[in-house]
Amino acid sequence: MNWADLHLMPALPEIFLLSALSVILVLDLFVSDARRGITYLLTLLTLAVCAGIQIATSVPYVTTTFSGMFVDDPLADIVKVGMYGFTAIVLVFTRQYMADRGLFKGEYFTLSLFALLGMNVMVSASHFLTLYIGLELLSLALYALIALNRDSTSSTEAAMKFFVLGALSSGLLLYGMSMVYGATGSLDIVQIGKAIQGGSGNTVLLVFGLVFIVAGLSFKLGAVPFHMWVPDVYQGSPTAITLMVGAAPKLAALVFMIRILVQGMGPMVGDWQGMLVIVAVLSMAIGNITAIAQTNIKRMLAYSTISHMGYMLLGLLAGTAQGYSAALFYAFSYVLMTVVGFGILLALSRAGFECERLEDLKGLNGRNSWYALLMLLTMFSMTGIPPLVGFYAKLVVIQAVVDIGMFWLAVFAVLMSLIGAFYYLRVVKHMYFDEVQDTAPIVVRGDAKLVLSLSGLALLVLGVLPQGLLELCLEAMRTSLAAL
Amino acid sequence: MDMKSLYLLIALAPLAGSIIAGLFGWAIGRRAAHVVTILGVAVSAVLSFRVLYGFMSGQAEVFNEPVYTWLTVGGIDYSVGFLVDSLTAMMLVVVTSVSLMVHIYTIGYMHEDPGYQRFFSYISLFTFSMLMLVMSNNFIQLFFGWEAVGLVSYLLIGFWFKRPTAIYANLKAFLVNRVGDFGFLLGIGLVMAYFGGSLDYQAVFAAAPALAGKTIQIIPGVDWSLITVTCLLLFVGAMGKSAQFPLHVWLPDSMEGPTPISALIHAATMVTAGIFMVARMSPLYEMSDVALNFILVIGSITALFMGFLGIVQTDIKRVVAYSTLSQLGYMTVALGVSAYSVAVFHLMTHAFFKALLFLGAGSVIMGMHHDQDMRNMGGLRKYMPITWLTSLLGSLALIGTPFFSGFYSKDSIIEAVQASHLPASGFASFAVIVGVFVTAFYSFRMYFLVFHGKERWMEAKHGHDAHGHDDHDHHHGLGPNDKPHESPWVVTLPLILLAIPSVVIGYLAIEPMLYGDFFKNVIFVNHEAHPVMEELAHEFHSAAGMGMHAFTTAPFWLALAGVVVAWFFYMKAPHIPAKIKQTFAPVNRLLENKYYLDEIYYAVFAKGSRALGTFFWKIGDMLLIDGLFVNGSAKLVGAFSRVTRKLQTGFIYSYATTMIIGVLALVTIWFAPLIIR
Repeated sequence: MNWADLHLMPALPEIFLLSALSVILVLDLFVSDARRGITYLLTLLTLAVCAGIQIATSVPYVTTTFSGMFVDDPLADIVKVGMYGFTAIVLVFTRQYMADRGLFKGEYFTLSLFALLGMNVMVSASHFLTLYIGLELLSLALYALIALNRDSTSSTEAAMKFFVLGALSSGLLLYGMSMVYGATGSLDIVQIGKAIQGGSGNTVLLVFGLVFIVAGLSFKLGAVPFHMWVPDVYQGSPTAITLMVGAAPKLAALVFMIRILVQGMGPMVGDWQGMLVIVAVLSMAIGNITAIAQTNIKRMLAYSTISHMGYMLLGLLAGTAQGYSAALFYAFSYVLMTVVGFGILLALSRAGFECERLEDLKGLNGRNSWYALLMLLTMFSMTGIPPLVGFYAKLVVIQAVVDIGMFWLAVFAVLMSLIGAFYYLRVVKHMYFDEVQDTAPIVVRGDAKLVLSLSGLALLVLGVLPQGLLELCLEAMRTSLAAL
Repeated sequence: MDMKSLYLLIALAPLAGSIIAGLFGWAIGRRAAHVVTILGVAVSAVLSFRVLYGFMSGQAEVFNEPVYTWLTVGGIDYSVGFLVDSLTAMMLVVVTSVSLMVHIYTIGYMHEDPGYQRFFSYISLFTFSMLMLVMSNNFIQLFFGWEAVGLVSYLLIGFWFKRPTAIYANLKAFLVNRVGDFGFLLGIGLVMAYFGGSLDYQAVFAAAPALAGKTIQIIPGVDWSLITVTCLLLFVGAMGKSAQFPLHVWLPDSMEGPTPISALIHAATMVTAGIFMVARMSPLYEMSDVALNFILVIGSITALFMGFLGIVQTDIKRVVAYSTLSQLGYMTVALGVSAYSVAVFHLMTHAFFKALLFLGAGSVIMGMHHDQDMRNMGGLRKYMPITWLTSLLGSLALIGTPFFSGFYSKDSIIEAVQASHLPASGFASFAVIVGVFVTAFYSFRMYFLVFHGKERWMEAKHGHDAHGHDDHDHHHGLGPNDKPHESPWVVTLPLILLAIPSVVIGYLAIEPMLYGDFFKNVIFVNHEAHPVMEELAHEFHSAAGMGMHAFTTAPFWLALAGVVVAWFFYMKAPHIPAKIKQTFAPVNRLLENKYYLDEIYYAVFAKGSRALGTFFWKIGDMLLIDGLFVNGSAKLVGAFSRVTRKLQTGFIYSYATTMIIGVLALVTIWFAPLIIR
């Protein structure tokens, strides 16, 4: 057997990522704290090269490697490029924040890259084992990242909660997978799909397994009733890590769900659709309603995330190509909004001060009208006000459920977003109509400021011109999911 | 360059100028702001001329393509698309050339204003919006352009936003246009609902013939023709935008804005959008005689009665404003008798000579140091020779002197009305004929008061007593020792450049536009039902012949009579007008109060809607919505949120329990049926 027969091309970005990661891990040992910028730049460079390789090796059809355990298709390509981009943005935003808190260490970068590698594997997995390995790689890296500030009790508490509950959910997921294996006799996604399609699986066993799989997946997304970890982790972690947890992993989790539910268990759409309806309805309701009672912005955004995951599930549960691409569009716009929102919080934090209470935003317009405007765009976008991207995201997912005739669900989603408008607009009210309480100057590094501004404007641009990304998502879904 | 990019460039060049001047005006300074906006409009103008040349020489083909699809909902595309045919090409040239003149003129007129860059940004933005309106190939973009020009108009009327009168005027314009736009939007809604589910012009026109006999019931039990209702609703929009009676009340007040925009927006271009729209929709309007009659009546009333009001005005800009109203009435009349091409022809000639008259009036106002009261002027001819000459040419064109541009278009309208067989054409015919005399009278009343006679500015006192809210903050007028002065070249150059088409364009364009192939397949006329244009073509031989023939027709002698009477009243025997005023005091009061329409609107609509508003506020808002729905549901949601918040105990075992319960619930729901079965 020689190298050429392995056909490793589809996994080239991951192979490079792992190699670069190892290099950075070792190199960082020889870099003094004062020169940590080297590690930072190397990490960004790695991300750029990964994205470059991803784009250069992308093909408009499905390719597999590692005996069919690893798949590369347009869906994986656009999601991975998105994840590289968002991870890079997060690193740029968090540099100053981490440095101020003495957390600007090599571990931060290597753990982030490990998390990214895990996400990549999740996105490209075509086998229950690879799926699970990717998920655990991501989870372990995140546990460590959350506890990075090990002297902070709230951080360690959050990490501990996340770890225990994560282990529980992984257990549920693994149990479900084993049931499916028992019913179909295969761990390969494609084979499982064929087996279910052919009716050779034991239905009772399959449904039993499916319930556990849906439960495990819902935990990873942070959907009700498996959401309890989200507020505590969001609030307990350093804001930079919250952003790391809240951004790119959601994209990975969505594709993860698509791989298992749509590609693997697609013929059982009637069953998982019903389960997801329950989860989505609860998420939208609990997320939006509980967010109203929060006084901590990070916690409020955590509940907002829960509700957004509910909306994203609307697209997924529709079970149509339009629905899946709507969900993907939603995920992209959600991550973008999150990045900008937390980016502002990071910009307003400084050494010895965490911007995390709602009052901290009071009178922001008077302090710095540009950041206030960016935050306003974010909040409007999260509410779903046109012409911002959040509006389109909501529109397409609601359209997806209307197309399959679930009008009550569409009406419910709109009502819940109306309730959600309250707490988003409250932030705007604080920024524009309340007196300034904190008058400290806002100091942000130039590169972070630039990236933050561009991301904020992207909310507007994508809202006015959504067609390109919409079509990209639809095209990726069509070519990647052969059954559609 | 392919045509698509050329058309895009035409539309976007002014937008680029506007953005630069508007957003970065503070950084680039005044000079750069006017350079960049003028450059943008000049590019548009040059390319527009090229497009028009293409259509005149017959080389150009009709361009009808979507440019960008904004979104698709429910099977209907909302897209940006261009339809460029000869009608569009003509509008492009009118809009960009007048706009270019106004841009240049503004350098002089707004010279001292602190809002210099803002002004340039607005007028370029206006040009962009107007171009989008005329180039549209679908109703959505038409509506976008429609609202965008309305917005800029609103901004510019209130340009001097520290003046209460300007704010009052722009609010009024906004509200009145809202009434029109409401009808317009309903019309578009009907189009969307019934005309083949598309908003594209071509698709709608193609679907229309099949709907000729279709009726709808808006009030249950009463059948209305779908086409008629649609046409009438769309025309309500045109009535608002083109200031037709009874929605005309905003236009005179819009004179609160700076003069350049009165010329550009409230005379030459925006107010003619309604005319353009009806001409564009000619395939629809041709199917409904009811709508045409309605248009004819509205146009006649506007043409005649607004002309009367021009006679009693003392503010120079208001005379021109009422004259604009009256001329818009003429255009509407032409639409009503199916002479769409004549309406558009008058639109074009009017754009040039009315812009000229407005800019001339602006030049006079500058010369008089921002005194607009004609009673303080007189004898300006020798101080402002260029302004005098160009204004004279403009006035001659306006009253329809043979061989001038206005003559060809206005006489064609009169002939078209006389050739029409619609029931309303009798009244219309009377209105347009009498209108000729009225137009000549008020035009030359203004001309004589301003440029001839005694130099009255010396004894004028600027006490602001006589003319109510026509006053201006920085109205200072000439001091006792000041003399009026001619305006700088940036002001007089546009006057001269506009005077040329005002004189010759009618002679040159009448044959191709009215009787040639220029508008073939663009404007649709049902010649069997409305043979007006055919009869006109039958009598028309050549432009020169038409001019010669004019001396034997009534309109010429009526116009001449108007001029002579004006000369006699205001030059020869100035005591007569005062005497007439006394003798016919009630009539004078009626005219000076503009038929009391403002008062009626205020008493009925403004007060009525406020009373209604108060009612809804007290009962609907405070009690039901605020009390029950908003506060009630807020309390409910708040209560829920306190409950759900408590679920989050912070203890890991309760979290895990919740998860387990969740799994158990799912298992029960999905698994139980399987077991039982």
